[in-house]
Amino acid sequence: MRRGVRSRETWRSLRIAAWLGWQVESNWADPFVFAIYSVIKPIAGALILVFMYVVVARGGLENPLFPAIFVGNAFFIYVPTVLSGISWSIIDDREHYGMLKYMYVAPLDIFAYLAGRGIAKAVIATIALVITLLLGVFALGVPIEFASIDWPLFIGVSLFGAAILTFLGILLGGITLITARHSYYVGEAVAGALYLFCGVVFPIDVLPAWLRWIGQAIPLTYWLEALRRAMIGVGASRTLDGLSDAGLLAIVAGSSFGVAGLAYVCYRLAERRALGRGLIDMQTMY
Amino acid sequence: MTRSTWTIFWRTVIGRAYPRIIGLQREKSWLFFDVFLPLLSVAAYVYIYRAIEAPPEFLGFVVLGGAMTAYWLNIMWNMASQFYWEKETGNLELYIIAPTSRMAILLGMAIGGIVATTVRALAVIAIGTLVFRVPMTVTSVPIFIAVFVSTMIALYGLGMLLSSLFLLFGREAWHMSELLREPVFLVSGFYFPVKALGFAVAAAASIVPITVGLDAMRQLLFPAMMSDLRFLPPEAELAILAGSAVLFLTLAQRSLAFLEQLARREGRLTLRGQ
Repeated sequence: MRRGVRSRETWRSLRIAAWLGWQVESNWADPFVFAIYSVIKPIAGALILVFMYVVVARGGLENPLFPAIFVGNAFFIYVPTVLSGISWSIIDDREHYGMLKYMYVAPLDIFAYLAGRGIAKAVIATIALVITLLLGVFALGVPIEFASIDWPLFIGVSLFGAAILTFLGILLGGITLITARHSYYVGEAVAGALYLFCGVVFPIDVLPAWLRWIGQAIPLTYWLEALRRAMIGVGASRTLDGLSDAGLLAIVAGSSFGVAGLAYVCYRLAERRALGRGLIDMQTMY
Repeated sequence: MTRSTWTIFWRTVIGRAYPRIIGLQREKSWLFFDVFLPLLSVAAYVYIYRAIEAPPEFLGFVVLGGAMTAYWLNIMWNMASQFYWEKETGNLELYIIAPTSRMAILLGMAIGGIVATTVRALAVIAIGTLVFRVPMTVTSVPIFIAVFVSTMIALYGLGMLLSSLFLLFGREAWHMSELLREPVFLVSGFYFPVKALGFAVAAAASIVPITVGLDAMRQLLFPAMMSDLRFLPPEAELAILAGSAVLFLTLAQRSLAFLEQLARREGRLTLRGQ
């Protein structure tokens, strides 16, 4: 296929999937109800942290750890939303709407399609993130100042982080393609494990050594640490203190290429298996 | 009720409870995930408390709260949303035309849910207690059992009520179950004593039976630490739970009859892919 035709197909798949994803996510309710729905969950998650600090921590919200933890928790909103969103779209299209088989006979780029479904979820997560950060700044005294944000670091790490999340989502989508009964758990289990190992709501220094090593092997640990440094000027972990901002960015950037390659290979293998075993139009009723 | 009506009622209860008690245990990987997923949250919250040097009793609050999340998730996904799933898979119309009581179906779902979820909750408590070395001693076993049983009856009564309300929902059922997760974990004090939210919020949150049930169980397990952090005395909370159980079961029966008629009139009982 000519390169121009292929890139038009990729762009069209991405655009249409993002639009479709947005419709699926949002058109079950009127915009006001949907807006409330989108922000209540993450705000409640953040407030659980707040009250844990209020009840126990010395100094309550003045505890020096709190801002870094709050920011990490806020940005983590993207992780379950995008990971589960992309992998779930496989189940949704295959089992609920019976459309996955048509995707495979239509002229579309499946990677762009899945990424597009992820974009729709990321938009919702961005709304929730902004509201959560505003709550943090104006109600809880989290010291984020627009002028002092390290924008180059923030933009760089956000772009590569988005790529990591998208490709992780595609990788999970591949697993979902060849899974029947456990599909519901895939995104949630991975996001739950990342919540623990990446030190989202505590510094990874408090983990036992063997769990800390797992955390240090996951790119999202560095992504969150870099975002903390970009937003509030300090990270949460002493273990990662030795890394410069440029070092963190380099790790996140390098990892994004590694995750992309891994996701591509895993998805293609899963896809071949699914096509060979007739799983593309599987109806498991689970 | 005649004798045959009772027989059908209890056969329905057993028949609907069976797949939850026996069927779910057959899928061992589900059992693993049902224990593993709450444990991940429990571990994360335990490490928060460790990072801020909380007393060890707080780790116990988290382990107990984490175990109770299994019940709340079971209520939302396997009670409240159940009729929505049945509608999507075409079973709901079979339920409706079957010569049995819908309350018997709900009761069977509830009993099956309690048994299956208790296995998971006990596993979370056992693993959490062992791994994080949480000191737990029940100060009054009879009151603890009474609180737990009342919490379950009230909670599953609420589940039966929600199930009838969700009968009218399409995709909203899915989103509503998603929505009522973290906010309920917050206002019911799953990971911290609910008193921290203030009396008014805690009182309002008591509509979810886990709020008072969890507070009472924490008082009975960690009396010294909870002496300053309790919402109400355990005896008062037990009375609230008993009242809630009666209220929710009564409301569930009435709302099921009403909403079933409404759903029939509006043609929603067989509407799929909505």
